[in-house]
Amino acid sequence: MHNLIKDLFLKSFNNPLLSTLDDSAIIDIDGQKIAFTTDTYVVKPLFFPGGDIGKLAVCGTVNDIAVMGARPLWISCALVIEEGLDYEILEKVIASMKRTATAAGIQIVTGDTKVVESGNCDGLFINTSGVGVIEAEPLRCENIAVGDKIIINGGLGEHGIAVLSARSDLGLKSAIKSDCATLNFFIEEILDCSEGIKFMRDPTRGGLATTLNEIVEEKPFGIMLEQQKIPIKNTVKGTCELLGFDPLYLSNEGKVVTVAASEDAARILESMRKHILGKDSEIIGEVTSRHTGKVYIKTLSGGTRIIDMLEGEQLPRIC
Amino acid sequence: MCLGIPVKIIEKKGTRGIGEIGGVKREVDLRFIEDVQESDYVILHAGFAIQKLDEKAAHETLSLLSEMLNDTPKTR
Amino acid sequence: MKYIDEFRDKKFCEKLAMKIRNILDEEREITLMEVCGTHTMAIARYGLKTLLPRNIKFLSGPGCPVCVTSNADIDKAIACCRTENTIITTFGDMIRVPGSSSSLLAEKVNGSDIRVVYSPTDALEIAKANPDKKIIFLGIGFETTVPTIAASIKDAKDNGLRNYYVLSMHKVMPPALKTLVDSEEITIDGFFLPGHVSTITGTGIYEFIPENYGIGCVVTGFEPVDILQATLMLLKQIKNGNPTVENQYTRTVRKEGNPAAKQLLAEIFEPSDAEWRGLGIIQRSGLEIRNRYEIFDVEKNIVLQIEETREHPDCICGKILKGVSEPPDCPLYETVCTPENPVGPCMVSSEGTCSAYHRYTEYRI
Repeated sequence: MHNLIKDLFLKSFNNPLLSTLDDSAIIDIDGQKIAFTTDTYVVKPLFFPGGDIGKLAVCGTVNDIAVMGARPLWISCALVIEEGLDYEILEKVIASMKRTATAAGIQIVTGDTKVVESGNCDGLFINTSGVGVIEAEPLRCENIAVGDKIIINGGLGEHGIAVLSARSDLGLKSAIKSDCATLNFFIEEILDCSEGIKFMRDPTRGGLATTLNEIVEEKPFGIMLEQQKIPIKNTVKGTCELLGFDPLYLSNEGKVVTVAASEDAARILESMRKHILGKDSEIIGEVTSRHTGKVYIKTLSGGTRIIDMLEGEQLPRIC
Repeated sequence: MCLGIPVKIIEKKGTRGIGEIGGVKREVDLRFIEDVQESDYVILHAGFAIQKLDEKAAHETLSLLSEMLNDTPKTR
Repeated sequence: MKYIDEFRDKKFCEKLAMKIRNILDEEREITLMEVCGTHTMAIARYGLKTLLPRNIKFLSGPGCPVCVTSNADIDKAIACCRTENTIITTFGDMIRVPGSSSSLLAEKVNGSDIRVVYSPTDALEIAKANPDKKIIFLGIGFETTVPTIAASIKDAKDNGLRNYYVLSMHKVMPPALKTLVDSEEITIDGFFLPGHVSTITGTGIYEFIPENYGIGCVVTGFEPVDILQATLMLLKQIKNGNPTVENQYTRTVRKEGNPAAKQLLAEIFEPSDAEWRGLGIIQRSGLEIRNRYEIFDVEKNIVLQIEETREHPDCICGKILKGVSEPPDCPLYETVCTPENPVGPCMVSSEGTCSAYHRYTEYRI
């Protein structure tokens, strides 16, 4: 996927707005900066503990704008519907999108609908594109410096495990729910409390490990994490142990990785913990000069190892 | 070659049980284990209990390790 | 998590590492081999090599059941996928492993119905739910896993299921261990023995190693504390010159193993010769389904169109599995052969040596 983006899309479309590869493009229109993003949601099954494809489609796009430091305002909604999909299912998904949009203070202002033959999409695919406004300077990788701290706003892997437990019959029963949530108000509050926030990104597909690798790629700095500090709920840990999964690679839909100046980190952490979406926040690592372009972790047992990009999907294994 | 995880048996009916770890439950086939009761720990592999965990042995190992923490390092 | 977290304790690990440094003669290089892929991954995942002195060399042996599966066997599995009216059920480990020209993942993309299951009993449920299809379970794994597949065959028989089949690519450890120690290509000073295989087999099957070859062995658990404790035990054996089979994993492994599991294994399967990648054909190192259960043996009931087996001329997975070479010695490692485009199973299997090396390159501060 990563190579596809670099070798085909970037090469073909080639422009400075795209080449930043940020979660949203930042476009300057006569001095007013807007953030513009798009994402397509193909989650299977359509409904899972804690959410559904509709909620996900709103949250994901709202969050991609919010992590740039922008205020999301409007999104589009394009549906690809498999012929024969139950009308009731569609109604539920649309109602969920409406609820989520209202809670996030955004409007769905345009859309499109296509129906495809049975078997040509898994019930429903949704694309949402989003527009937001930004007054301050957008949060960018360039701002990151050696010594900055890495903060996560709560437990990893809940969305990944929730979808997995709904999808396949692995026979696992737990109370786990997706952490799917719109983060824009949370992020706004945190940005208000400190000038020291350098960068933010939501660790969705591929998990925290992939997001951090994307941050450090070809940069003159690296990241060292501390495994002891990384928050993971017991139900996620238990599922990962049973299936042989690494929670660092599981997707999250209500989490944001924040890179902050070291002198501000404690204050930012305190602010995060006051909010319901950040009550389990932790400082989990720091930006270093010694591991340029790479992510490393100090393990629970005191050893150190590299954390690479995820190749392929994690699958339940016997070994 | 073997992912085997200690789970606690929280329910047992004949040769089938429910194992639990971190709040996650999974059905466990207990046919290979004699004398397993609710609250025992078993090693779960591919849906089967392959052995009952010997809690006494586990505690002995941990005690040995704890004692070791108090050893003074020998000079060479 | 009880009985897991305690065996990952940092203080225990640091103390064990210190004791290991103290007991070791700095001049001497010690080579310790783990023969279980789960050990390879644990050593890598916890960065254990970074806790220990450089003169302890950890060598990975043929302990990844997917990696030691020959191309010919993987091609058989792929032939199963290409058979009409089948649902292929498999452990996740197999999905991306390349055969001569394809992989299960590639076959799935081409339209084969391939389903990852957590347990062979899940495959039985699929068989019950799809009476018009042939459900084939791809049987890989060593003695830990074989009893679970044996149970699925027994249950299939007891329930009168007629559409469940197993492709047995199973292997057993002791003959491979003997082949390794007989080989003069490498010097091994000690073995970490597979903790969960031993849970089934017991510890007696390894006695021949110290007795006939003077190499010490420790049956080892899978948490970092287990592996470090076993390392210390092996070094003590080496220092004292008293090679033996010791059990570090006492909370799980008993001397007699698991008799019920061994009995069912023997009821359903019998030893056969098997081809191991890197080690060649080893007598009585594989398992085939006994005649009285042959209705569940896919090779005796379904005609498989198996393509001619081809090996990549530059792939040295075989040497890596024996511990003769390490991943960077391979001309394909990380150039042509990557986790995204694996050439050999060692790169893609979750337990593969090359995969562990690539994902968890050791890092020294």
